Amino acid sequence: MSRGRVWKYGDGVNTDVIFPGKYTYSPMEPEEMATHALEDLDPGFTAGVKQGDVIVAGRNFGCGSSREQAAICLKYAGVRAVIAESFARIFYRNAINQGLPAIQCQEAVKALEAGDELEIDFAKGLILSGRGEFPFPPFPESVLKILAAGGLIPSLL
Amino acid sequence: MGLTFSEKILGGKAGKTVRAGDVVTVSPDYLLSHDNSAAIIKEFNKLGLEKVQNPEKIVIILDHIVPAAAEKYAQNHKEIREFVAAQGIRHFFDIHHGICHQVFSENGFARPGRLILGADSHTTSYGALGAFAAGIGRSELASIWATDEIWLRVPETLRIVMTGRFQTGVSAKDVILKIIGDNGADRANYMAVEFSGEAAPSFSISSRLVLANMAAEMGAKNGYFPADAVTLDWLRTRSNEVSEPVLSDEDAVFETELEYDLKSIEPQVACPHTVDNVRPVRELEGMPFHQALIGTCTNGRLEDLEAAAAIMKGKTVPSHVRVLIIPASASVYREALRRGLLEIFSEAGCVILNPGCGPCLGAHQGIMAPEETTLSTANRNFRGRMGSRDSQIYLASPETVAASAVRGALTDPRGIQ
Repeated sequence: MSRGRVWKYGDGVNTDVIFPGKYTYSPMEPEEMATHALEDLDPGFTAGVKQGDVIVAGRNFGCGSSREQAAICLKYAGVRAVIAESFARIFYRNAINQGLPAIQCQEAVKALEAGDELEIDFAKGLILSGRGEFPFPPFPESVLKILAAGGLIPSLL
Repeated sequence: MGLTFSEKILGGKAGKTVRAGDVVTVSPDYLLSHDNSAAIIKEFNKLGLEKVQNPEKIVIILDHIVPAAAEKYAQNHKEIREFVAAQGIRHFFDIHHGICHQVFSENGFARPGRLILGADSHTTSYGALGAFAAGIGRSELASIWATDEIWLRVPETLRIVMTGRFQTGVSAKDVILKIIGDNGADRANYMAVEFSGEAAPSFSISSRLVLANMAAEMGAKNGYFPADAVTLDWLRTRSNEVSEPVLSDEDAVFETELEYDLKSIEPQVACPHTVDNVRPVRELEGMPFHQALIGTCTNGRLEDLEAAAAIMKGKTVPSHVRVLIIPASASVYREALRRGLLEIFSEAGCVILNPGCGPCLGAHQGIMAPEETTLSTANRNFRGRMGSRDSQIYLASPETVAASAVRGALTDPRGIQ
């Protein structure tokens, strides 16, 4: 179970606004990547985000580049999960491979607003909020193993 | 029921009949990475393994920030060179070769039927040569270096059926922008995109690369042209290896078929800040801009430079515009030099840069200040991609960018030729 507040964004949030290309080839620790999270989408995000918060967004979240920092910077900024109407495929894989749950749930995206508090039950596949309960298909065993290990590389150790 | 191209290639690798939606564990033929190899090496090293599984499958091409624009990039490159030497990786291309997708193709790694994965979203490009090629992230590439396998979902296929011939001044970039504009940046999410129809064989390999490259901008896992005589002729000049084309069966099942008549396509421009925000150039005719860029993995090949040079020959770029020319590879650069194209660009007042990604991803060589606009032949126009978050990028064909560059304002190239 995880509890946090909602940061809400629209459709087509791309990897350049999540983690700008100008930083992509600068060697950086994850904690520093986190200071650039959503820099070109919401310059107030890094100052306000708290551990356990959740991003809720529209269609095609994470479209664009294969840069894995897009997932890393969100995770280390404290984001517990991203809930979207749909995900771009490389971001989806990268998120799971970094231990950041990517949840596709249109009903939750429609209902939830910025600042809402919510809880996510990953085992049951359920988002609980003051605006209702929203089910999503629980992750398969193989994905849960990667998420529990904190990412693909730790899961191989 | 027949099989699609993707079902055949992934099924062949998995050693069984597979259908769209199945998940297979497969061993790829080649693994591409570029400057991000430094980050991949860091992930690989966490696994505590001494050697990669198969150094022959690894292709590393330095292109994103070449030559190194700052000490931190130089350090990245240095770590990659040391790893390449220690692991005995033969397929290493240092900073003087060009953009990874062009160099990878020119060197014959992309061939019909091959399964290629790359830590770059535009890895889809190799479908131009009949390969199944998809982009993945860094952790995943590091894990394949270690395990020699990856799980993939067999994609459904969206088929684009093309007929007719382009009008003069209209080219591959215009049709792919039109397709993305009509269908949206997520229309092909998780899917394969097949570019076929009676017009498909008329596309040169350079033009096929434009469409396969930008299939990524529709969310596609892979995009491809059915391999044909054009493919095999092109490959024959690059290696002695023989490849059998892999083609979708006639009774294969496609998610959807969309038809495009090339004759009806007019010059297109993708407006800020999404690639699917596409309008005909004529609707924005005369729009001012500050910088023009002709190059990148989308449109930096000889065919593109020739089209641009034909328009710019004997003309001069007006003083309020700066123009960057970036040949996609050293081989393209040398041929452009031999054919006098670089002289035409230089005389017109263009800046000719070394083969590489240039400013496309916002790291160096032409970064924008706030309130500036670039008209580019690249594949992405996301906010802040080429510098300030308050700058703007418009995407168009080499013909449109060249015609606009010499006039100093957005121009439909059909009026020029």
